Amino acid sequence: MNVLQIILVLLISFLAGMESVLDEWQFHQPILACTLIGLACGQPAMGIALGGSLQLIALGWMNIGAAMAPDAALCSTASAVLVCMKGVPVSEGIATALLFAVAGLTLTIFARSLTIGLAHAADAAADKNNIRGVEMAHIGALMIQGLRCAIPVALVIAIPADAVTAGLNAIPTWVSGGLSAAGGFIVVVGYAMVINMMATPKLWPFFILGFALAPLTGITLIGMGMIGIFLALVYLQLSPEFNGGGSGPALEGGTGGDALDDILNDYE
Amino acid sequence: MAEKKVELTSADRKKVWWRSQFLQASWNYERMQNLGWCYAMIPAIKKLYGDNPEEQKAALKRHLEFFNTHPYVAAPVLGVELSLEEDRANGIEVSDQAIQGVKIGMMGPLAGVGDPVFWGTLRPVLGAFAASLALGGSILGAILFFVIWNVIRLAFLYYTQEFGYKQGSAISQDLSGGIMRKITTGASVLGMFIMGVLIERWSSMPMDKVVLSTAYYGDANATYPALQSLTDALNGLSQAGATIGADVINNAYSALTSIASNGLTVGTMTNPATNEPVMALIKTTTLQTVLDSLLPGLLPLLLTLFCIYLLRKKVSPIAIIFGLFAVGILGALVGIF
Repeated sequence: MNVLQIILVLLISFLAGMESVLDEWQFHQPILACTLIGLACGQPAMGIALGGSLQLIALGWMNIGAAMAPDAALCSTASAVLVCMKGVPVSEGIATALLFAVAGLTLTIFARSLTIGLAHAADAAADKNNIRGVEMAHIGALMIQGLRCAIPVALVIAIPADAVTAGLNAIPTWVSGGLSAAGGFIVVVGYAMVINMMATPKLWPFFILGFALAPLTGITLIGMGMIGIFLALVYLQLSPEFNGGGSGPALEGGTGGDALDDILNDYE
Repeated sequence: MAEKKVELTSADRKKVWWRSQFLQASWNYERMQNLGWCYAMIPAIKKLYGDNPEEQKAALKRHLEFFNTHPYVAAPVLGVELSLEEDRANGIEVSDQAIQGVKIGMMGPLAGVGDPVFWGTLRPVLGAFAASLALGGSILGAILFFVIWNVIRLAFLYYTQEFGYKQGSAISQDLSGGIMRKITTGASVLGMFIMGVLIERWSSMPMDKVVLSTAYYGDANATYPALQSLTDALNGLSQAGATIGADVINNAYSALTSIASNGLTVGTMTNPATNEPVMALIKTTTLQTVLDSLLPGLLPLLLTLFCIYLLRKKVSPIAIIFGLFAVGILGALVGIF
């Protein structure tokens, strides 16, 4: 690795740190951060592979209200440095990534607390009608978020490659084997977070249908997306919830039930 | 309304739109997006009150109050506030309470739409799609993720801000209306369906190291004479000048392919009829074969439901993740994984 690569990696980490709080361009998402670091290090294939795996794990990591999710920015950048610069295998990169996600979460909470001071500085600037001062306080906070990711990544870069590989070689095979097996099913935590946020009793049938159709590999993910959109549109059209209550066709037939209901009633 | 003293032009509103992307830069635990909100409003404040220092100072302070919502759905609120501030600068009575009230009143319901639509559906679906391309080794996944996400986001920020500006305060009364609930429900239907697909396709909990039974499926050499021919030919190689014919290799190859495609392996096993050890065809049944014949993806499904249960019990996601790592390591230690 040369100086230019290190500078590029640090810039990407800075960008990822800023995006982790902004959540706009998504440079903190593993699929982008790891791929960029892979490109900067001349190891695009490794970066893409790590980014794809981590993206599935981070699928449900979202900041809602004031609740903070594990930090995708440091998770992706620091582990990508290990994989693309230090030659750590992708499966072990994933395991270390989760440690970095926790470290990053702690750091962003610290940065977000520190920013309270800057918000007060902005109040003082507004009192003096100093627009520039308000703006600087805002941008200063963004710089803190960038640095809180770039500095730890610089530390990871500074650790010699020998030390990293020696440390990893000291790990017994049952640990590394267990970690890579866990990598296969740890993604369900992200799915669970997404489902937990959306699930209502009325929506579970769609989940069941998706799960039942999934083994049909002839339908690609794009095809599945189209089926999902179809279901959403039809549901909105037919659900009595969105059609002014009872004015739909459900009232035809007098008994207020559907055909199956009528048959069942007749049998009693 | 016949003559406005100052007006926010399209260029002014575009400046606000650009700055609204930095809404969360100074997110803090005290007033959350307050400073980011003010930062986005500054081009409008300068334009409307630039010639009146007292009014400008008051406007800055007015927009440094508490605010927090999903970062993208802040755009329609910004639009409404731009129109309110424009009215105020033109002498129409708009109180501080009205300006703060509209912000607080809109942020809750809008966050209720933004979180499930953007974080709950669009990003996981797009992310999973991009990851599937990336795991296939293609950089296209990353590029598509970046382009599609940001085109949608920038367009959403721009058009909803313009919508808010044009509708003015009328929009804030419309929030509890059906359209918001429709968007949220529709997105959730799509999201739940895709999550069902992803659990089966993109997670694995292989149980193929848990061997339930091994059964004798016949003498390998008797069932596939081509294997016997290959063994004989290999033994014959010790003689000078001996070679193995292409037909022998080809026949043995198709025999081996047939064995593998039938899910069989070859090994030394006792023939139950003669009680002699022979080279036998072996049928191995693992826990995974049984589970797959029941329902593919059953274990990941059960694990997901258990995770949802834990999340509802307020167990933190990161604790669950480390718990699952521990399960993986323990499983490898006892030989399940």
